[in-house]
Amino acid sequence: MAACFRFFFRDPGMDYFIELFCSGLTRGAIYALIALGYTMVYGIIGLINFAHGEIYMIGAFTAFIVATVLSIYGFPLLAIVILAGFAAVIWSSAYGYTVEKIAYRPLRHAPRLSPLISAIGMSIFLQNYVLLAQTSNFLPFPELIPEFAFMEPIAHIVGSTDIVILITTAVIMLILTIVIKGTKVGKAMRATSQDRTMAMLVGINVNRIISATFIIGSALAAVGGLLIASHIGQINFYIGFLAGIKAFTAAVLGGIGSIPGAVLGGLVLGLTESFATGYVSSDYEDVFAFSLLVLILIFKPSGLLGKAETKKV
Amino acid sequence: MLGFKEIKNGLLVSLWFVFLTFPLMVVKVDPVERIVRWRWENSLYVAIGTFAVFLLVKIIIQRRSRNAAVDKEAEQKKESFIHRVLASPRQKFTLIALLLAVAIVFPLFSSSYQTNVMTTALMYVVLGLGLNIVVGMAGLLDLGYVAFYAVGAYSYALLNHHFDLGFWAVLPIGGGLAAIFGILLGFPVLRLRGDYLAIVTLGFGEIIRLVLENWSEFSKGPSGISNISRPGLFGIEFGLDGAIIYIYYLMIVFMIVTIFIVNRLQDSRLGRAWIALREDEIACQAMGIDKRKTKLVAFSLGAFWAGIIGVVFAAKTTFINPASFTFLESAIILAIVVLGGMGSIVGVIFGALILILLPEYLRALSEYRMLAFGAILVAMMVFRPQGLISNIRRTYHSDKKFPSPTQQ
Repeated sequence: MAACFRFFFRDPGMDYFIELFCSGLTRGAIYALIALGYTMVYGIIGLINFAHGEIYMIGAFTAFIVATVLSIYGFPLLAIVILAGFAAVIWSSAYGYTVEKIAYRPLRHAPRLSPLISAIGMSIFLQNYVLLAQTSNFLPFPELIPEFAFMEPIAHIVGSTDIVILITTAVIMLILTIVIKGTKVGKAMRATSQDRTMAMLVGINVNRIISATFIIGSALAAVGGLLIASHIGQINFYIGFLAGIKAFTAAVLGGIGSIPGAVLGGLVLGLTESFATGYVSSDYEDVFAFSLLVLILIFKPSGLLGKAETKKV
Repeated sequence: MLGFKEIKNGLLVSLWFVFLTFPLMVVKVDPVERIVRWRWENSLYVAIGTFAVFLLVKIIIQRRSRNAAVDKEAEQKKESFIHRVLASPRQKFTLIALLLAVAIVFPLFSSSYQTNVMTTALMYVVLGLGLNIVVGMAGLLDLGYVAFYAVGAYSYALLNHHFDLGFWAVLPIGGGLAAIFGILLGFPVLRLRGDYLAIVTLGFGEIIRLVLENWSEFSKGPSGISNISRPGLFGIEFGLDGAIIYIYYLMIVFMIVTIFIVNRLQDSRLGRAWIALREDEIACQAMGIDKRKTKLVAFSLGAFWAGIIGVVFAAKTTFINPASFTFLESAIILAIVVLGGMGSIVGVIFGALILILLPEYLRALSEYRMLAFGAILVAMMVFRPQGLISNIRRTYHSDKKFPSPTQQ
């Protein structure tokens, strides 16, 4: 196995290419996890949940706090990973649910701009809440994913964290697909996103389904937060803003409202960023993502896999 | 008034918030020293605070629904104090004259620090009025407004640095450049629907900031540009204190001009086209209004004001760097417009004065400034979407009874 890897990775130029490709995939997987939350919420209530990036940040912070506390009290690594993951998912979901209830539910029938402004307010509020409750400094995130021994020969190209992130993301996507295609909640979600009034008429509790969507989206964001924080190794209160915008870009790129689209968009965005920073310039890392966003919205607002919206009078 | 049920619900809600805020508010870890601090007192504060807010909201909702049930008619007729004053020309002019007199003598009786703060507030009034054209009147949510502000500020800083151009020469250039940027951005994106537009403008604002930060040969990067000259008056140069007072009066003049122009715009053909576009695009197009052109004019006019104030900002602080033009700045201006009342000129002025002066004078609370801004945006949207001083549509009441066509 190792010899085989070594055979393929002899050429340094090729090495660099594959390294960029892998880091792009990892990034893309994380973007996809967060983008799913955007796309699901948009699909169901047609709102850009601006505070979604903050939910992700809160997930990362909760994981950080739990993991650090547990490691100070001397828990084993596996227990730390599991408990931190659970805490992140539970609290992020709770925040997602509460945000929806406070800031979006009263505005269900308001003009389109109102919930968007409310979402921006929520995002600023949550950012500053974490800033005041914790700190504005960058905090070192504990290393939750160990270096695997079998990855040794290719460690300079693909890290262990990359592999873990890719596998976790793939598993989560699989579970999500099963939930949406197979279960009653998933069916109700699809019905609600097609036609809310009709869904109500056939006896679906639409408010509960919308809450469920927010909870699932937030849980995915929390997993994303946990993974990226242990990958990058540090967090602060501001990480949600940029990650949120990029994940939104991914969602739009794939076609907002489409779940496979979010995954595809995330991967395309991750790879683009990775190659652009690798071959062009690392100073403009974020500019590439924003330019991509502006370009897609101008030339193909419906995205790669999205349906064009027709407006009827 | 408040039954047992509300109290029970309140307790449940506060319990939920105690749970919600537990990891972030109670636990504080120091990963380097490896110390955990448990701040249990915060839980208590959260519980009490949430309970109080919950009861307050319930009381407000109860009162509102009772009022609505009793006399809906009277409620509509009862206008706010401000509107009553504005309605009668005599009171209106007295009020304006009074305010103007206070504004003119203000720097004579206060320190230059106070004057400086007031100038900042006035700048935000004008910025708010500019954004009000875009968001309030035309209904286009622009989250990258600060980018145009940056264009204005940097055009003055760079032209002053390289070519030694003066304030008055650059003022129209800065505004014009910002307007051109507005058109360049607006041309492709204005056909997008509202929420997409918001994100694209946000992205554009960030691109401008990132370019300014990274393109060091052009903008000197994060270290910024210093020693920008202060504005002069026909060749007269002012000292530090003189310049502060001069800029203050300048801003007063700018504000009056802006209010005048925006007020006239609101009642013009263009202003009514904006409001119509905001309400219903399709109906508006059916009435023969060129959607793209009208939106583009709103966008570039808003940008123009941001550019002008950008030039003033650079001249006032004599130092600028990209850190002054973050997304939060756009959010503050948006909060001003939303708090005051979208589309309402008086509202925007009050909004700016409240949001800029209040944190300045309540220094102890300035930490919580951004927290409050976020909360204000949410609360205004939920409880009072029309803002503090809402814009009242002009309606025409006729005393005469017109004969209906069937009677003729």
